[in-house]
Amino acid sequence: MSCDWPGRWCHVQKFIERTGPFAHPDFEPSSESLGFLQETCKLLIIGAGGLGCELLKDLALIGFKNIDIIDMDTIDVSNLNRQFLFRPKDVGRPKADVAADFINTRIPGANVTPHYAKIQDYDESFYRGFHIVVCGLDSIVARRWINGMLVSMLQYEDGELQQESLVPMVDGGTEGFKGNARVILPGMTACVECTLDLYPPQVNFPLCTIAHTPRLPEHCIEYVRILLWPKEHPFGEDVPIDGDEPKHIQWIMDKSLERANEFNISGITYRLTQGVVKRIIPAVASTNAVIAAACSTEVFKLATSCTVPLNNYMNFNDTEGIYTYTFEAERKEDCMACSKIPKSITFSESDKLQDIITYLQESAEYQMKSPGLTTNIKGKNKTLYMPTIKSIEEKTRENLKKTLSELEFVNGQELYVADPTTPMTLTFKLSLGSNME
Amino acid sequence: MIKLFSLKQQKKDGVDSDKSGSHKKSSAAQLRIQKDINELNLPKTCQVDFPDPDDLLNFKLVISPDEGFYRGGRFIFNFKVGQGYPHDAPKVKCETMVYHPNIDLEGNVCLNILREDWKPVLTVNSIVYGLQYLFLEPNPEDPLNKEAAEVLQNNRRLFEQNVAKSMRGGYIGSVCFDRCLK
Ligand SMILES: [Zn+2]
Repeated sequence: MSCDWPGRWCHVQKFIERTGPFAHPDFEPSSESLGFLQETCKLLIIGAGGLGCELLKDLALIGFKNIDIIDMDTIDVSNLNRQFLFRPKDVGRPKADVAADFINTRIPGANVTPHYAKIQDYDESFYRGFHIVVCGLDSIVARRWINGMLVSMLQYEDGELQQESLVPMVDGGTEGFKGNARVILPGMTACVECTLDLYPPQVNFPLCTIAHTPRLPEHCIEYVRILLWPKEHPFGEDVPIDGDEPKHIQWIMDKSLERANEFNISGITYRLTQGVVKRIIPAVASTNAVIAAACSTEVFKLATSCTVPLNNYMNFNDTEGIYTYTFEAERKEDCMACSKIPKSITFSESDKLQDIITYLQESAEYQMKSPGLTTNIKGKNKTLYMPTIKSIEEKTRENLKKTLSELEFVNGQELYVADPTTPMTLTFKLSLGSNME
Repeated sequence: MIKLFSLKQQKKDGVDSDKSGSHKKSSAAQLRIQKDINELNLPKTCQVDFPDPDDLLNFKLVISPDEGFYRGGRFIFNFKVGQGYPHDAPKVKCETMVYHPNIDLEGNVCLNILREDWKPVLTVNSIVYGLQYLFLEPNPEDPLNKEAAEVLQNNRRLFEQNVAKSMRGGYIGSVCFDRCLK
């Protein structure tokens, strides 16, 4: 390409055009790899915040040209100290747009496409378009969502995972001086849901401490947030706390100060109040840089196979000195996401829901006891039948007599079945025939 | 280990896909709550009610204790399960005004597994049993309603009378309680 100058990629070429002692066993040095990395490979970066800015810069400089970046946030003044693709003039603009513009202008040949959107705004057909997804997120809910999406895209033939359907996920996370990087091969290695226990729980103080025996300034702020706000509705009935609304934070701070004085507690500031309300953990720019570098390296390894990828979870902590270790997070047999290989069942449109339930109870393979069934019709959850809960049973009983076409099932309909005989909710994919057999 | 990409592999361009489509599959939180609900094993003093059976994330629990201070009463709890479940605990509020050391007059409940001791292995069933236990053994050590806790600690007889009075619908001090007897 015209934007390349002599020797621009020679460092990258050294890794992919010759082999070495650390090379992946399957690695074949090739001059085509560079073309794949630059022209074919499509990456998605989720999050354009502290980690996202680093990831985008690193990956674009490695030579990945086709990068999409998605973020639902706009730029706040407080981001500027570490989210280095943004300038004061950008405040208020979408992070994804500004980050993409910056890199496209700064790095010759870069083709970054921004998406000012929530990840939930896009469906499977969007996510299928990428070779690798890289996450720089601060939300567990968002991580679990994308994890669930990538797992649900897996295709199986005779129970065998089809590798073309697999989109690896490289996930970075930071909290202050701590961080982690992990490589997830959905359906093959531990996924986000398998390791849910590894995510630190939200810090919640006992309610009675907050209510009666506060000792810390945080207890006073939590008192105002949890107990006083819903009682006094200072900004009107049904107005929830907006952590970015200075009037809200000011009110909470004033009331927290009153409470703190009552109990001789000091240390309430505006910053602390906002931090507690928004559950902010101070971001450290260098941690983001370390974790993003590790993640970008993994993306490079996955894309070129030049070296064995991280297996599969790296922890990093530089609170005192530097501490890091890597371990293999294990898959959970009853993982709600990746252990659910859809099982196929075949019924005809004129069969009734009761027929499916009878099958689940009587087939030698399942022998279920009291299956509860749900599905998704036109994007909405629908409870088909649940025998154990009286109020649901009464309201769903009539579904038993309905035919599958009356229930608006389509070919490929997914049925989710919970039963005491299985450790997690199973997914069934329905092949729907139109004639009786 | 596998080699993930052949060099020629070209991905379908998905960028022009419609933005309207929400995730058409059930979330992990959804699948987990379905499991919890299907396997609820309720004590005979409890029942759950789903105003919308298609929405397993929002429901009510009714506890009607058959022994202890609160025998004969009927207490409704509102459960809100978020997409963070089971990493985050469900949000539970008591909708019935109750004279109880661990439940304040706004319906906030002080139960450790709802906050500081929540773990993803716990289930809706664990919370139901926890709440039921609060009615059998109100705990004055962790008070949310301090006045009620003090009475329980110093004068069990008076506490018992106050509970009975509140459930019939009456004043305790300056607070008026709604009748909640079955
Ligand atoms: Zn998993």
